[in-house]
Amino acid sequence: MATVEYAGSSYGVDEDGFLTNGMEEWNESWVDYVKAEEGITDMTDEHWKVINALQDYYKKNGIAPMVRILSKTTGFPLKRIYELFPSGPGKGACKMSGLPKPTGCV
Amino acid sequence: MAIPKVEQLRVNVAHEPNMFTGAIPKADWQDTFTEFKEGNFAYPAKPEMVDYHGFPNSRVWSPDEEDWKLPDNWETIILQGLKDRLGKFRSLKLYMDICVRCGACADKCHFFLGTGDPKNMPVLRAELLRSVYRNEFSVGRKILGKMMGNRPMTANVLKEWFMYSYQCTECRRCSVFCPYGIDTAEVTMMMRELLHLVGVGINWILEPAANSNRTGNHMGLQPHTFKENISYLVDDIKEITGVDVHPTFNRKGAEVLFITPSADVFAEPGIFTFMGYLLMFEHIGLDYTLSTYASEGGNFGLFTNNEMMKKLNAKMYAEAKRLGVKWLLGGECGHMWRVLHQYMDTMNGPADFLEVPKSPVTGTVFKNAASTKMIHISEFTADLIKHKKLKLDPSRNAHRVPTFHDSCNPARAMGLLDEPRYILDAVVPTWHEMNENTIREKTFCCGSGTGLNTGEIMELRMRSGLPRANAVQEVNEKYGVNCLANVCAIDRATLQPLMEYWLPNTSDDPMRTTDVDVIGLSELVGNALVMDGEIENREQGLRFEELITADTEG
Repeated sequence: MATVEYAGSSYGVDEDGFLTNGMEEWNESWVDYVKAEEGITDMTDEHWKVINALQDYYKKNGIAPMVRILSKTTGFPLKRIYELFPSGPGKGACKMSGLPKPTGCV
Repeated sequence: MAIPKVEQLRVNVAHEPNMFTGAIPKADWQDTFTEFKEGNFAYPAKPEMVDYHGFPNSRVWSPDEEDWKLPDNWETIILQGLKDRLGKFRSLKLYMDICVRCGACADKCHFFLGTGDPKNMPVLRAELLRSVYRNEFSVGRKILGKMMGNRPMTANVLKEWFMYSYQCTECRRCSVFCPYGIDTAEVTMMMRELLHLVGVGINWILEPAANSNRTGNHMGLQPHTFKENISYLVDDIKEITGVDVHPTFNRKGAEVLFITPSADVFAEPGIFTFMGYLLMFEHIGLDYTLSTYASEGGNFGLFTNNEMMKKLNAKMYAEAKRLGVKWLLGGECGHMWRVLHQYMDTMNGPADFLEVPKSPVTGTVFKNAASTKMIHISEFTADLIKHKKLKLDPSRNAHRVPTFHDSCNPARAMGLLDEPRYILDAVVPTWHEMNENTIREKTFCCGSGTGLNTGEIMELRMRSGLPRANAVQEVNEKYGVNCLANVCAIDRATLQPLMEYWLPNTSDDPMRTTDVDVIGLSELVGNALVMDGEIENREQGLRFEELITADTEG
């Protein structure tokens, strides 16, 4: 497994750069690290709203939410989520929040 | 890894035949070695997934490293594994012995067409195993030896097995053309099984299989999540149509247990297909239940080994028994039907505790499912349409000009060829067939089946999906086809990026990503249904898209 060193923290990551141990290892520096990679210049309250919604949902369900649910809980239409996270809710936003990638027929 | 631009790949497929060596191989195939590099292999299974399944040799490793960290006696394990299977599966022995290398299969494989790699000719892919089989087990092997192309089991052979058994989607198009009827998918299945004996497998298969075993479905949806997702879809149906639909969960004594791939309750565009099911069941007042335990139609065991396939399949029947339903109805899944039609009966059947499926609406008895007691939603729907039990307004799908992609397994493994077409005739104003060599039994795979629908091999997927995309492009140009209907969840997940790549959006609408939307057949059914108590002059389709009404037509 690869390791990422950033701002004094060390993170284990998988092949796609997702945190191997998910939210256990997650902290705000991780967000800072991923944002550059995702082409996000400044984190806004809107970004944080998505991250918080993803993490809250994951704690209850052990999986990322359907995009529809994310849209409803944040009040952002899908278009806005893609503007916030250019690589999409499943990749950029989940990676930044410390959630794993969904698997199966998706 | 970045995928080449579409123009680049198009030229490359035609002029630079081998994706992996970048040239036409000059040496004998046995002297041409596999080269693993980023983008041409799926990620190996994580150690915790290997352990979860109780498979041996869990470790961190990567195919592009020289040392695969195999157990010391790995050759013995593989050869013993092959010997055991030759004794157990008559089909394997037969398929090892009867191939005459006529080559009829060679150019029928979408992986060969898309990569130009000779080892993707089904005959040669199977030869990767046959050459070892002959060397170890055939009569006269000592006399003819290498002249017959026999070879010992080496690390390079093992690496070839891994490369090419995961460049086969077990779609079985080649088998249609084989004069001996060799089922090449079964050869691939055996290679994958053998590789698991030494801890060589991919994560995109073992993780969904683990999820399915633990939570009931590939996605890993727990019961409360499964239920909540569906409640969102129920709300959307209410908003779009004004109709309340009433799914139930784990309800004992229901007549029918309905099982579909879990992607249908999680991801677009499958969720729209699911909304179609819900509307139709409400329309006919079906006494059905969903299960949060048997919450997966798909069976990644089929892509792993026969024991896991059997175990995951048994879950459906255990739940049917627990709930006391009469029979099973299955949703739009592809490989689930291969398991159901060709393996279930000998693995877990006959399901004597169930009744032969009988439509409560039309009285039709589905004798074709006399032993498995499970029928496909398209069989069920086509029968309803034939008996005029559905009130349909095809003009609600006037914005859709579909073509139909026969999903490999329903088409070739269960012969579901005419029912989907019969349904399409009834639910859309017009639709068009693709080239006759690319449909029905001869359908081309989406290119990403058997658990190959993972992101890291996107270039490979775009290549292997090219024959399918090519046929879609033809009807898009000829007839203005703007929608690709299908009956499989892997199709819905994988045809979407395939269309986005080969047929990108050329319209003015910036929200569209492709000229051809991928759509489950039941979405078209649901969208066309005229429901009791629905909103007058409904304006939106199941994706909240605007419908063409008398007004908008002007």
